Amino acid sequence: MSDQARILKFQIFRYNPLKQGDKPRMVTYEVTEAPGMTIFIALNDIRENQDPSLQFDFVCRAGICGSCGMVVNGRPDLACRTLTSKFPEGEIKLLPLPGFELIGDLSVNTGKFMRAMSERVESWIHDIKADEVNYDRLEERMDPEVADQIYELERCVECGCCISACATKRMRPDFLSAVGFMRLARYALDPRDKRTDEEFYEIMGDDDGVFGCMTLLGCEDYCPKDLPHQTQIAYLRRKMVQVR
Amino acid sequence: MKVIYTDSLIIGGGLAGLRVAIAAKQRGYESIILSLIPAKRSHSAAAQGGMQASLGACVKGDGDDEDVHFGDTVKGSDWGCDQDVARMFVNTAPKAIRQFAAWGVPWSRVQGGDREVIINGQKVTITEKHEAQGLITARDFGGTKKWRTCFTSDGTGHTMLYAMDNKAIQMEIPVHERKEAIALIHEDGVCHGAVVRDLITGKLIAYVAKATTIATGGYGRLYAVSTNAVISEGIGTAIALETGIATLGNMEAVQFHPTAIVPVGILTTEGCRGDGGLLLDKDGYRFMPDYEPDKKELASRDVVSRRMTEHMRKGKGVSSRYGDHLWLDITLLGRKHIEKNLREVKEICEYFLGIDPVKEYIPVRPTQHYSMGGVRTKATGESPTLKGLFSAGEAACWDMHGFNRLGGNSVAETVVAGMIVGEYVADHCAANGLNVSTHTIQYFLKKEEKKITDLLVRDYGENPFELKAAMQKIMMDKVGIFRNGEDLAQAVEELKVLNQRARNIALRNRISSSNPELVEAIRVPKMIKLAQCVAYGAMLRTESRGAHAREDYPERNDRDWLKRTLTTWKDDAADLPEVSYENLDVMRMELAPGSRGYGVDNTVHHPDTEKREAQIDQIKKDNPGADRHEMQELLNPLTIPEKFKGKNERIGRGYK
Repeated sequence: MSDQARILKFQIFRYNPLKQGDKPRMVTYEVTEAPGMTIFIALNDIRENQDPSLQFDFVCRAGICGSCGMVVNGRPDLACRTLTSKFPEGEIKLLPLPGFELIGDLSVNTGKFMRAMSERVESWIHDIKADEVNYDRLEERMDPEVADQIYELERCVECGCCISACATKRMRPDFLSAVGFMRLARYALDPRDKRTDEEFYEIMGDDDGVFGCMTLLGCEDYCPKDLPHQTQIAYLRRKMVQVR
Repeated sequence: MKVIYTDSLIIGGGLAGLRVAIAAKQRGYESIILSLIPAKRSHSAAAQGGMQASLGACVKGDGDDEDVHFGDTVKGSDWGCDQDVARMFVNTAPKAIRQFAAWGVPWSRVQGGDREVIINGQKVTITEKHEAQGLITARDFGGTKKWRTCFTSDGTGHTMLYAMDNKAIQMEIPVHERKEAIALIHEDGVCHGAVVRDLITGKLIAYVAKATTIATGGYGRLYAVSTNAVISEGIGTAIALETGIATLGNMEAVQFHPTAIVPVGILTTEGCRGDGGLLLDKDGYRFMPDYEPDKKELASRDVVSRRMTEHMRKGKGVSSRYGDHLWLDITLLGRKHIEKNLREVKEICEYFLGIDPVKEYIPVRPTQHYSMGGVRTKATGESPTLKGLFSAGEAACWDMHGFNRLGGNSVAETVVAGMIVGEYVADHCAANGLNVSTHTIQYFLKKEEKKITDLLVRDYGENPFELKAAMQKIMMDKVGIFRNGEDLAQAVEELKVLNQRARNIALRNRISSSNPELVEAIRVPKMIKLAQCVAYGAMLRTESRGAHAREDYPERNDRDWLKRTLTTWKDDAADLPEVSYENLDVMRMELAPGSRGYGVDNTVHHPDTEKREAQIDQIKKDNPGADRHEMQELLNPLTIPEKFKGKNERIGRGYK
């Protein structure tokens, strides 16, 4: 690395819907790059030293909480773990994730969307006995491999990148999308969830569900956690076709 | 005036807050959770390594039970904890984890038969019992006698938080997101809820409740470098302090985790060392066995962090542009293990360091990680001085951790405290009505409104970001791993000046709705007050205990300091908090003060220690037929909600 620090050019989408008369626009900020700089560090630098009104969301800043999904040079991704050194031109364009309600600038309301998704797919173990479990006794046994497989599908951090990368979602506003399918696949795999295939069909057996997917697989391409969306959507489809 | 009424108000949507809400709702009380962010993004998700519960299913956990967990926890705390609470905790942890298994956490399970593990740098084959097949397994962690830390890969906190939030969604518990509690509403020693700012619209709302629970996590962000999420700023703790009535406990007890990556301070789990990873110096030499021949890399965190710092001070650190660091070597664990059980660590190394930990060493150094201190509560979770105010999880000083928390005991605390405190919250809701005058509500709303208006109209003043950075630097430089009187006195003085300056903040972005600078301006004066509590408490405590290490007072001094620090801030115009102490009663301890079995043993003993030891021996002699449960009742009789009193079953052992 040369000792001469680069000047990075950030082009950032700015719009505060709560500020009267504010108009959406792109604003350019210059930041002196530091070694190991991430977009998280750069955005805080801009907020503290150039424009304290700049809105964005970070929580863990370690790539595990899913707060900071945004469109980075055209790709939905987690901003906190994106190093600025990845961009040889030193130009970084940031836009809020499409498909979600805009709060302001780079901040979108993924929380509201994800809660609604969880309610829609009933994202919990369906077993009347779960509430009456005698927790003094040995727990129900589970095949170790099944436990590992469930964890593989539960690694989703609800960042929303799959929604933003989904063309079907753009055409069908109520499309359940990859995040919802992954959640359903996770519960369908879980022996503790007593839902039948017919019950799962009620949730996803239509064009806003798994049959609406156009298989463009932006979800698979852009998932920051590399979850197996393609395999799981195909699996759910086969499973649902067999129901009726 | 917008007012929202509920039975139980919970501030904070992490594991502890969610569990309290669930407990209250199960008992029929309406609960509302306030959260800065969507609940599933809470810092609980960052707990990678696991949750301690003495299930004893894996072969290396054989012989484990509540008593062993209790001993480890008390020793870990350097005898600073409340032993009644530690007892409640260890007895309930197996229940919490089993309930959680039914609620959907995909805990990693025992696979019967041979498997290869790394112990003390060597490949060893261990044989898991076939009769334990499919039960919840555990890994090794620091400061524990048994492998007790239950896990899902290294995403334990994530899976726990998702299961808990999903349970709350199933129970239709509302989470009001992007809401920040900025003051508590209270009158005549009773808490009635909170004044809350909507972070999007900027509107102030009064949430009025019979019981208010603070579950906002720790205050790690008082330090410039911390493993904590950026929201772990201690604001819930601070609004309790600002009542002038609620007390904070042991604020100087701040934990530094041995292995955060350099320079950004992101955590790599203790599971790295638990699974066999080693600490190496600049010569590639494994130095921990020289300092801690018994526990080596797996002594408690306070001890390992100090030993690492000592070793770097001897010139054995690896120098870098960000200062010295050491190496964490997990290459010996092999690709398969790392990609399965340490995959978040691998991702973090790849993204933030550009290295592959399967082949390369990870640069690490001790970094602020956990707040043992917090809102002082009774064993019920209620503030002893402000009725109706509860606290649970890292935000609380329930005090099962004393001066050092063991790895794996924090997520365990969140869910166990959530269960227990949640019952007491429900009891409180059952016994109390909502008796608060609208005048009181209005008084607190107006007061906060005025503070915000003052900020928005002030033309010249201090920059909140600069004040925060100055505070964080003081804490890093002067209130760190090793402390001394001179630095601490300076820190106290410098923070006083910041406290004064923070009364005169002015904004560049003067709008009342969604405004990150205004958020900062509201928080920074609160954070400075907390920093003062930490620094002042550390200056006054002239001994070393757990994570509080004084170079000028290196001995643990049970004779003079077996007590908990209590801090209040009665007069808002004052520039220092008031500090008092409550004694820990040796004569009521189940485990009398002694040696931890790691670290330096230089204790100045308490005069009661020998007496209590003799008394315990006598009780044991007088009751030769007592089993361990009866003995515990004799030594440390517990008050705990009836539903948690059952004995815990273990494989091969039944309920013994």
